[in-house]
Parts: sequence; structure tokens; C-alpha cells
Amino acid sequence: THSTRAQRTPPGAGMASRKEGTGSTAASSSSTGGVAGKGKGKGGSGDSAVKQVQIDGLVVLKIIKHYQEEGQGTEVVQGVLLGLVVEDRLEITNCFPFPQHTEDDADFDEVQYQMEMMRSLRHVNIDHLHVGWYQSTYYGSFVTRALLDSQFSYQHAIEESVVLIYDPIKTAQGSLSLKAYRLTPKLMEVCKEKDFSPEALKKANITFEHMFEEVPIVIKNSHLINVLMWELEKKSAVADKHELLSLASSNHLGKNLQLLMDRVDDMSQDIVKYNTYMRNTSKQQQQKHQYQQRRQQENMQRQSRGEPPLPEEDLSKLFKPLQPPARMDSLLIAGQINTYCQNIKEFTAQNLGKLFMAQALQEYNN
Amino acid sequence: HHLSLRLPTPAAAPVSAPASAPAPAPTPAPAPAAAPASSSDPAAAAATTAAAGQTPASAQAPAQTPAPSLTGPALPGPFPGGRVVRLHPVILASIVDSYERRNEGAARVIGTLLGTVDKHSVEVTNCFSVPHNESEDEVAVDMEFAKNMYELHKKVSPNELILGWYATGHDITEHSVLIHEYYSREAPNPIHLTVDTSLQNGRMSIKAYVSTLMGVPGRTMGVMFTPLTVKYAYYDTERIGVDLIMKTCFSPNRVIGLSSDLQQVGGASARIQDALSTVLQYAEDVLSGKVSADNTVGRFLMSLVNQVPKIAPDDFETMLNSNINDLLMVTYLANLTQSQIALNEKLVNL
Repeated sequence: THSTRAQRTPPGAGMASRKEGTGSTAASSSSTGGVAGKGKGKGGSGDSAVKQVQIDGLVVLKIIKHYQEEGQGTEVVQGVLLGLVVEDRLEITNCFPFPQHTEDDADFDEVQYQMEMMRSLRHVNIDHLHVGWYQSTYYGSFVTRALLDSQFSYQHAIEESVVLIYDPIKTAQGSLSLKAYRLTPKLMEVCKEKDFSPEALKKANITFEHMFEEVPIVIKNSHLINVLMWELEKKSAVADKHELLSLASSNHLGKNLQLLMDRVDDMSQDIVKYNTYMRNTSKQQQQKHQYQQRRQQENMQRQSRGEPPLPEEDLSKLFKPLQPPARMDSLLIAGQINTYCQNIKEFTAQNLGKLFMAQALQEYNN
Repeated sequence: HHLSLRLPTPAAAPVSAPASAPAPAPTPAPAPAAAPASSSDPAAAAATTAAAGQTPASAQAPAQTPAPSLTGPALPGPFPGGRVVRLHPVILASIVDSYERRNEGAARVIGTLLGTVDKHSVEVTNCFSVPHNESEDEVAVDMEFAKNMYELHKKVSPNELILGWYATGHDITEHSVLIHEYYSREAPNPIHLTVDTSLQNGRMSIKAYVSTLMGVPGRTMGVMFTPLTVKYAYYDTERIGVDLIMKTCFSPNRVIGLSSDLQQVGGASARIQDALSTVLQYAEDVLSGKVSADNTVGRFLMSLVNQVPKIAPDDFETMLNSNINDLLMVTYLANLTQSQIALNEKLVNL
């Protein structure tokens, strides 16, 4: 049996937000079902010292199952991760899924579902402490405003929380694709200020590469689970699908490139908008300048004629300052493009290796 | 509320002799006497909490047979033979995990199994543990909890039904019968799954049972647990997940990291290599006469060898080169895009 774990109450954990792309902010709820207790010497310190995420095999299997049964097409499935923090590791020991959000279920209370689930899990001694959330992704497109908001509210409440991104399509191709991400401290600062104007972002010096940081994952099993694995291996048939070595690549590549192209289109639109803005601002500056000059001239003329000078007019009222375009979105798009490119490169590297192997095999045949 | 079931002390009268005064009818329905497989004492379980001072009705005199009318907690009829139970590995991992987290002093854990039924098999896809207390002569199961959890689970997967229940431990006990009865109220033909976490015989045996009535018809009926075939079902992605998790068996502190792209290809090829050498070894053994030849295996080997495609070398060259060109081009594009956005970043921040 597990010894009692230290527990601490996070100062109000947020909830995973709903559908991708709606950009809705996560609803923040009251404190979770965590029993108030003394922190294990890590409570709320300023530096997130979590260097590694340790996941139980059970969690991996549950996430896989959840997507397999409830996920369709581009819909994402989400759920909550439970566990605790031990020294510099974040241990994830269990998880539970979130129901899909359906339109006709408007009175479905997410908070209540979560509360009840955690209370019930506590009865059976499962760690009921929120440590993060997981989400499935479609071809790696997870860098969205919604994810950012959710992760921010989680990380704000619980410093060490991570979001686990599970890529089912990549997993089906042969190897488990599970990554843990966290917002960088710089991005956390910016989100806290809620100021996404260009000046603020420039000051914080955030580039798209520094928005999310990836935390390495290890998988750990208890001894009894290892025994179970041995048992399963004896009893189950050998896997007969070796997707990992399949040479077919065009389909997957095509999809990836399609998504990449869409994003690049978005990006270029963004750039056009930004350019227009810059041009308009400079035009406006010029106009202001001209106006001021004319004013001065007139004033001088009036002075020479002995008339009182014209009153100073508020320039800012005449020339309304233009709205700078939102920079956060373009940052996100850039981040997403980066992720796509990374995925594509990994994929092509694998396939090149496989092709060379096939070549060697064929040469031997001849 | 808790379901509390009390067994009569085993020192009660043996089967044939009528017991001491047949209990006044406290039970609303003539509860069918359920005999656990091991003990010889039929025990009547009360559907509601048995009143403290009453002995539940024990064996009735042969003359007055309580109509095994199967009212109340109805025991299921004979199970269509040969049904298969398909388990997903996530269930077993869950069970083992809840066993590890059991309360102090509890010898085993129980829980509900969820899944789907179809014509030929029963597929178990989910489970959750249910708190319960077990002592020498009493079993208390938290039914409220079970109902609540089922409702919550239904919100996520509306297709899952209650299929039965599981228990850790290597044997079926009398308490199991009582719990099984409760579950037969929730689901028709509930399945009982045992996972032997005490590792008797050095193995973790996983067995499934369904209960059938046994005994002389017209008399008190007993209950027997008949075993079912257990098969393991995997989704493709589950298979991949399990293969990965299995690797912790080989590492000293049971920890593994996730490997990167080319490592994975290397690993997969190593596996195929192993498989091939096993096959080769077998072929050599047959040739040298150590192992007798088996025609079916021979046929498989034949089809295996024939599956390697024979392509003219020129065709293969063109195919290979065009594929490589595609991949290289895409890599180039990806790198180009990445540098583009980096440049854009710099420009915007000027």
C-alpha cells in the first residue's frame, strides 16, 4: 500500500477549456478536492524546479483508450491528470477523461463533474491532486489560443502543471507520441499582465520558440504491473502489424503539408495586416507633422499681423492613433508552424532511413 | 446506504436436515438459497440489511421447496456456452493499481467492470474500483458510490454498460457470491473476473466466471461459477502503448524514456531481425532433423519468402529516387519555412 502522500491545496485550479479554436477562456473554479495540508517543502516556491515528468503506465493506457473510443476526426479529447510532485519530478499516477462538449448538453456542469470525480477517487485512495491535463491533437496542431489560456490558468494555480499532448496518428504509425509542455516563465509573465500589445511583447523579448518548453517524460511501472506485463506477453498474440517499418509516406506527408500551407497563409495575412498598419502609422505621422508645420506657419503669420495665435489643438483628437494588430496571434501561428516543421522533419528523417534500408535489401537480392 | 450481508455461522445444520425453526419470513421475497461452491451450507442472503437478531432462513425441509421463483435478486439462467470475454490491458492495469492502493488491512479490492456486449463475446473496456469492507461474516459494499461512478463514467462514454465485477485474490469466496448477487441486479449475466495479485504459483492468473445455477431442480438451488475463456483485445495504438510500457520490465529501476525517431526505426528493425533469426533457427533444425517438419509452418514460410517483392532494379531505382527526392524537398521546405518565420520575428521586433 502506498504511504500517505503529502498534499497541498492549489490556490484555485482552472479548468480545461472546451473546443479548439473557440478561444474561450477557461473558467476558473474554486479549490479542488485536495485536502488542505502542509506542503512537502515545495509549496508555491518561485522557481518551477520540475525537470522531469514521470508517468505511470496506467495513465498512458487510459489516454490511448480514451482517444480510441471517444475521439473522432479533428475533435480533441481532453482529460485531467492526477498525481503529485516529488522533489524535481512531477509524478502522474492517474487520470480521468472529460466528456465531450455537446451542444445539447448546455447545462452540463464541468466543475461539478470534476469535483464529484475527484471526491469519488479519493475514496479509493487515488491521488486526487490536479497536476495538469491532457489533450489529443490532430497532426500536431495544438498551439492555439485555447490551449494557451487553459495552460495558463492551470499553471497559474498549480505551478508545476503540464499539458500532455498525445498524438494518436503518430502513435498509430508505430511509436507512442506523448509530449509534456509547459509555458515558459516569460510567457507566464506576459499572460499575467494580460497585455498582448506589441510593445509589451517586444519588451519581454518572446520569440515563438520560447513560448512552450518541453519537459522530458519517463514511464515508470510498479513491480506488480511489471508482473502483469509479463503475463500479458505470454498470453497475447505477437503484434502482427509493424506500422513503424511501413514505407508508405505520401498520405501522411500530404496532410501535414496541407496544414502547414494553411498556417502559412494565415501568417502571410497577418504580415500583410502588420505592414498596412506600419504604413498607416507612418502616413499618420507625416500628416501630423504637416499639420503642425502649417499651424506654426499660420501662427507666425498671425503674429506678424498682430493677431492672437490660434489655440493649440489636441493633435491626438484629430489624428486618432491606430490600433496595432494583435501580436499574440501571430506568435501562436509562428509557434504552430514551427511545430509542424519539426514534425515533418522527424517524419522525413525516419522515412529516409527506411528507404535506405529497403535499398540495401534490394541490392542484396540482386 | 451500504449493503450489508450476513452469512449464517457455518455451524448451522447440514444440508439435508431442516434447520432450527424456519425463520419467520423477514425476507420479502423467498430469496433463492445460494450455496457457495466450497461450503456445503446453503445460505439465504437477505436482500436488505438482515435484522440483527435473526438467522436468515437456512435450508428448507425438502417437502416445502421455496419456489425457486427467482424473484428478487434473480440469478441468471444458463449461460450460452463458449462465450468469450475480451479484456483490454487498461482494465488489468487499473485493477493492479487499485490493489496497490487498497486500504490498510483489506485483503482484496473489488470494482465494477464496464463494457459492451455483442453476439459472440463480451468486451470489457473500462472499470473502476468500489470501496468495500470485508470481515469474517460480513460484507459491506458501497452501492451509492458504484452508482455515482457509473453515472459519471456514462457521461464520457455513453455506450458502456455494467458487465460485472472484478476482485483481486486467487479464489472465489462466499462473500463473492453475495457481491455477485448484487451485481446481477445491475446487469443480466454478470461476469466475475479474478486477478490473482497474490501471485500464487508464481503467476498472476486472470480468470473470468459466470454464475450458473446448479443442484437438483425443485430443491434449493446452488450457484456455481463456471469459467469463461479470456482473450486479450488490443486496439492498434494500445498494442503500441503496451509494447512500450513493457520495456520497463527490463530496466533496473523500472523507468524508460521515450525514444526519438531514428532510434525507433532501429528498434523495430532489431525486432524483425530477432523474429527472422528465430525462423531461420527453426528451418535449420528441421533440415538437420532435430525437429520434425510441420507442413503448416512450411506453408507460412513459403508465403513469407514469396512476399518479398521482386522488382526490376531499374524500376526500383526510379521509385527509390523519386521517394527520396520528395522527402528531401519537403525537408528543405520545412527548413525554409522555419527560417522565414525566424526572420519575420526579427523584423517585427525591430
